[in-house]
Amino acid sequence: MAQERPKEVRSEFLYFALRNRKLRVGLGILVFFLLFAIIGPFLTEYDPNTYAGPSAQPPSSEFWFGTTTFGQDVYSQFAHGLRSTFIVGLIGGGIGTLVGVVIGLLAGYRGGMVDEILNMLTNIVLIIPTLSVLIIIAAYLAVRGILTESVFIGLTAWPWAARAIRAQTFSLRTREFVDLARMSGRSSLRIVFTEIAPNMMSYLFLVFILQFGGAILNAATLDFIGLGPTRGMSLGLMMNNAVLWAALQLGMWWWLIPPGAAIAAIVGALYVMNVGLDEVFNPKLREM
Amino acid sequence: MLKLDGVSKVYRVGTFGGKELHAVSNVSFEVPDGEVVSLIGESGSGKTTIGRMILRLTPITSGTISFNGVDISTLQGEALKDYYRQVQGVFQDPFSSYNPIFKADRIFRIVREEFFPGMKDQEWNGKLEDSLKAVGLNPAHVLNKFPHQLSGGQLQRFLIARALLLDIQFLVADEIISMLDASTRIDVLNLLADLKESRGLSILFITHDLSLGYYISEHAVILYRGCVVEMGSTDRLYNTPLHPYTRMLMAAVPRLDKKWEKVEVELRGKQSQITTGCVYYDRCPEAERSADCLTHRPPLVQVEDDHFVACSRYME
Repeated sequence: MAQERPKEVRSEFLYFALRNRKLRVGLGILVFFLLFAIIGPFLTEYDPNTYAGPSAQPPSSEFWFGTTTFGQDVYSQFAHGLRSTFIVGLIGGGIGTLVGVVIGLLAGYRGGMVDEILNMLTNIVLIIPTLSVLIIIAAYLAVRGILTESVFIGLTAWPWAARAIRAQTFSLRTREFVDLARMSGRSSLRIVFTEIAPNMMSYLFLVFILQFGGAILNAATLDFIGLGPTRGMSLGLMMNNAVLWAALQLGMWWWLIPPGAAIAAIVGALYVMNVGLDEVFNPKLREM
Repeated sequence: MLKLDGVSKVYRVGTFGGKELHAVSNVSFEVPDGEVVSLIGESGSGKTTIGRMILRLTPITSGTISFNGVDISTLQGEALKDYYRQVQGVFQDPFSSYNPIFKADRIFRIVREEFFPGMKDQEWNGKLEDSLKAVGLNPAHVLNKFPHQLSGGQLQRFLIARALLLDIQFLVADEIISMLDASTRIDVLNLLADLKESRGLSILFITHDLSLGYYISEHAVILYRGCVVEMGSTDRLYNTPLHPYTRMLMAAVPRLDKKWEKVEVELRGKQSQITTGCVYYDRCPEAERSADCLTHRPPLVQVEDDHFVACSRYME
């Protein structure tokens, strides 16, 4: 009789994960852009903000993605922008998800007074006009890095996630398998993270995707009004610059399309992964 | 021995918790060692709440539940775990008792991690095999499967096997066969009876089905709207039901030799809130009730040896 070992569980999970085409495609696209963000900046000699060559050049062997109105290398901007976009998405989205998940799970499982307090906190943060607060905070800090920006974005983005997870936890905690775990002497914390959270895994991943995308867009907004990183580049900044300098009207597609397409592809890949992961996590959806 | 003494459960309902809902009021009974006691009642009678309070899944509003003389509401940490070593429950819906995304035998692994952390693989596997065999399952056929790959009867036996791993003395069986096929029902029922005989297990058998209660138990407790209306030895209760509610229930048991058109029962209950009078006042046949019933709640009185009833007609 085979007593299941945790290692076997993991390998089985991996087996279904690797067999799922949606997951493979999504992961492939994501890894491609991730590698691009890591390696890309080393392949160019130009700094994203220096005036490297003639202005408004279409893509050529010298400037792979062409140049901007000011003669900056678009490829260099794209590679560096991709990097900071990933950082903002990961840190901002990560913090937003983490805070939302912890508060949502605790409020939902504990209920009562803990729920009242956490719910009040959630509602307060939810009704704060996030963008104005971000603008004020950004305006106070003289030197701003991508990291600070991500942390602020993450700390203001969690409330809706917390609310949704709280509601899900409410419905899951009354299920009998939770009672069974309690009768097995499991601690509340373990029940929350080993019984309730796994049931929401695909949902938690969706939350992360939305937080990831939201963080990127929030960052782009801040960048646009001049409150982004004081020195640096991001895809949002590129797009906003392109719009600002009428790249669309002047037919400079090479300035506009790469950042837009990259954001769309990254978020799209995450969505496809989410559907695939749903099948991996929920055995009922699997095609056996 | 498990003993309930004046146990009540009150929920706050309505806007700002302004109203009270008495799910269980002032219930006292005991389950002696090695006996099966049936807790019988309709939906909403509070029978599941009582089971959950015994299992420490729902806190008690007032009264005490004691197990072998120890008040269980004060148990914490290790003491509570020790209590669960002796007292376990099996619920109505075998499908929702399993976390759908894990394999069904994970319930055994949790028991091992929590209660037998130091046990060697071989010893554990032997123990698991014994307890699966005790509930009539073939380990090779049922282990390493997802809940949706097993039948309701198998899942329900799994839950009983899980309880048996712990050398329990007391089992709360909450409607455990109501979701099973008729053919598997009797097997599970007989399994409980066997366990009682072979292990001296005490069982609180919660059901809405009178005939099941008669089949399996020595004592029965009839619950109506959170109050005990009649209790006593199964034989006495079933042969001479005294409370009008019990008699109505007896008359409502479907019988093979009778068409179900002229049942002499009144099932139309008005849902009014009774706070002081008899809980059964609304549905009590007119002839039997008096004005007193509306103002005084009759206490549970002994009418004969091992037979108690809460009805004003039997008060001296």
